[in-house]
Amino acid sequence: MKDFNRAPETASIVSVTDRVASVKLDAPATAVHFLGDVTAFVGAEESVTFAGSDGEAKPVAVHGGGILCSASDSKRIVMGCDDGKLISLDAKSNIVTLATDAKRRWIDNVALHSDGAVAWSAGKTAYVKAPKGEAKSLDVPSTVGGLAFAPKGVRLAVAHYNGVTLWFPNMGAKPEFLEWKGSHLGVTFSADNRFLVTSMHEAALHGWRLADSRHMRMTGYPARVRSMSWSAGGKFLATSGSDSVILWPFASKDGPMGKEPGMLAPLHAKATVVACHPKDDIFAVGYSDGTILMVRIEDGAEILVRRNAGEPVAALAWNAKGSLLAFATEDGDAGLLTL
Amino acid sequence: MSEAAANKIPVTVLTGYLGAGKTTLLNRILSENHGKKYAVIVNEFGEIGIDNDLIVGADEEVFEMNNGCVCCTVRGDLVRIIDGLMKRKGKFDAIILETTGLADPAPVAQTFFVDEDVREKTALDAVVTVADAKWLSDRLKDAPEAKNQIAFADVIVLNKTDLVTKPELAEVEARIRAINPYATLHRTERAQVKLSDVLERGAFDLDRILEIEPEFLDDGGHDHDHDHHHHDHDGHDHHHDHGHSHGGMKHYHDEDMQSLSLRTDRPIDPTKFMPWLQELVAKDGEKILRSKGILSFKGDDDRYVFQGVHMMLEGDHQRKWRNDEKRESRLVFIGRELPEQAIREGFEKTIA
Repeated sequence: MKDFNRAPETASIVSVTDRVASVKLDAPATAVHFLGDVTAFVGAEESVTFAGSDGEAKPVAVHGGGILCSASDSKRIVMGCDDGKLISLDAKSNIVTLATDAKRRWIDNVALHSDGAVAWSAGKTAYVKAPKGEAKSLDVPSTVGGLAFAPKGVRLAVAHYNGVTLWFPNMGAKPEFLEWKGSHLGVTFSADNRFLVTSMHEAALHGWRLADSRHMRMTGYPARVRSMSWSAGGKFLATSGSDSVILWPFASKDGPMGKEPGMLAPLHAKATVVACHPKDDIFAVGYSDGTILMVRIEDGAEILVRRNAGEPVAALAWNAKGSLLAFATEDGDAGLLTL
Repeated sequence: MSEAAANKIPVTVLTGYLGAGKTTLLNRILSENHGKKYAVIVNEFGEIGIDNDLIVGADEEVFEMNNGCVCCTVRGDLVRIIDGLMKRKGKFDAIILETTGLADPAPVAQTFFVDEDVREKTALDAVVTVADAKWLSDRLKDAPEAKNQIAFADVIVLNKTDLVTKPELAEVEARIRAINPYATLHRTERAQVKLSDVLERGAFDLDRILEIEPEFLDDGGHDHDHDHHHHDHDGHDHHHDHGHSHGGMKHYHDEDMQSLSLRTDRPIDPTKFMPWLQELVAKDGEKILRSKGILSFKGDDDRYVFQGVHMMLEGDHQRKWRNDEKRESRLVFIGRELPEQAIREGFEKTIA
């Protein structure tokens, strides 16, 4: 890897750092979403900070304690909290409590469906609630590690120890179980509904081709994969967990089976967050040293968005049009790039 | 855990058999006016009498690591909880983790060895075991969990001493020492122990291992001459049958769980020692609950320190040997059915 000494501070890389509007946060954000063109930085506790494209920040108090997880469908942000509350927030600062866990357990995971259904989990129980209707629940054998709605139909993937349970909450059928030994912490469907991929407690991904449950082992990471993002059209799955961004090819019918992954944007730091552009074959990546790059998948060309400084990048997100990129770091820095 | 723990949140593991007084101690820690804030991970909500908004319920889910090592288990829920808590760092100074009375402390400790994220942000401070002075002797006979908790402990809070007579107390202490002569032991009533005796001990910090543990590797206080019990058990029936007395203090040999200490003032050959130690824990790691050592390597002016939990080891050059210090290598193993003779012979061969 000695060839990859292109430190981003050298003059050879194109930089857009001067076009980043800084956003002043009162406390570090752990996630960022877009509600239309309003950027929403989700704090680790208590508040969400809205920012316009000029970076002007407006904090909104949403909760009295810790915010553990969040998901957004660009109309609202749904957050799971450490007092058992599931709350939603829209761009007009309306806050709605969607559910309260009877035992006030941590709400560990949340996922949103395009039809407005919301899924969440507390301990070993996953819940789904349609826009109109009662919440339904499913107990899995161990604590839920991650949740994802399938792109078609109301079908929820529930990741846990030793596999993933696929649940159709509107049907009486027995949930399907995809088994793979180990602890599964994150889960995502490909946009064409053909593949399911989990990130594991070990430094590896595991995948299944849903048509025949065929296994796909995606290993070789030096660290746990904490961030996965599908490129536009689902051609690649871009992942963190290494000192470059690992891109698994999913365009062919066999997915990444028997193929080598692409490795782009190598740095002397660990990639912590990846976010693919919603329309073009471009991704943004944040590293453990605070660097943020935009990278073109085709040729690996890099543009510097943020210089290495301070603590790891914690969150990255594009708006739906792909005209805005927002980021937050663990030490509380945040910014917005308009393309 | 060898790095200066300055930025890491210390985690105290509070363990002990059912009814020993864990919750009493936990309530004391939380209610005492110490100016510190603790995040608390408990197994049962509701037992904590103190209002604390950083109490988390745990599920005690023990997972096998996918590395082919059966005893390499971690607490999966802990990985998730610590990740969630660390988003709110700055709101608390330390974490206290209470296990259930039937829990094995090993998966908890191993989580701090193997999980990169947990390791990066937190440091295991000490395993504190609360023991019931009246009932521990019985539990050591019928509950393997109780024995594990004693064997694993860095600090033992021997509680409810007001409910036993002096000879009974001496008896239970001797039983504890037969299993774990190295833990710091405090006798208490209603878990009244100085908080500084159970918190911020740095028992897993390689740099502090020896400074704060006078008992560690020092056989003087509770002399435990291992020559007394070479494993010729053929003539014996049960461990509680052959207590023997030295200078008024009873000594027991626990057939199931023992400790083994080795020492030499001759320098060790690191090229022989490291492979030997690694092979030993690879082969017998299931039996070895804890291991610790300070080593004087040939031609090396630095002290080398290591510690281990089952098959997991970590070690580092710690500091220069001081001139007023005896350059002596010392090792301790605590475990069940330790292959004592093989360990002694193996160690002997690593002497340069």
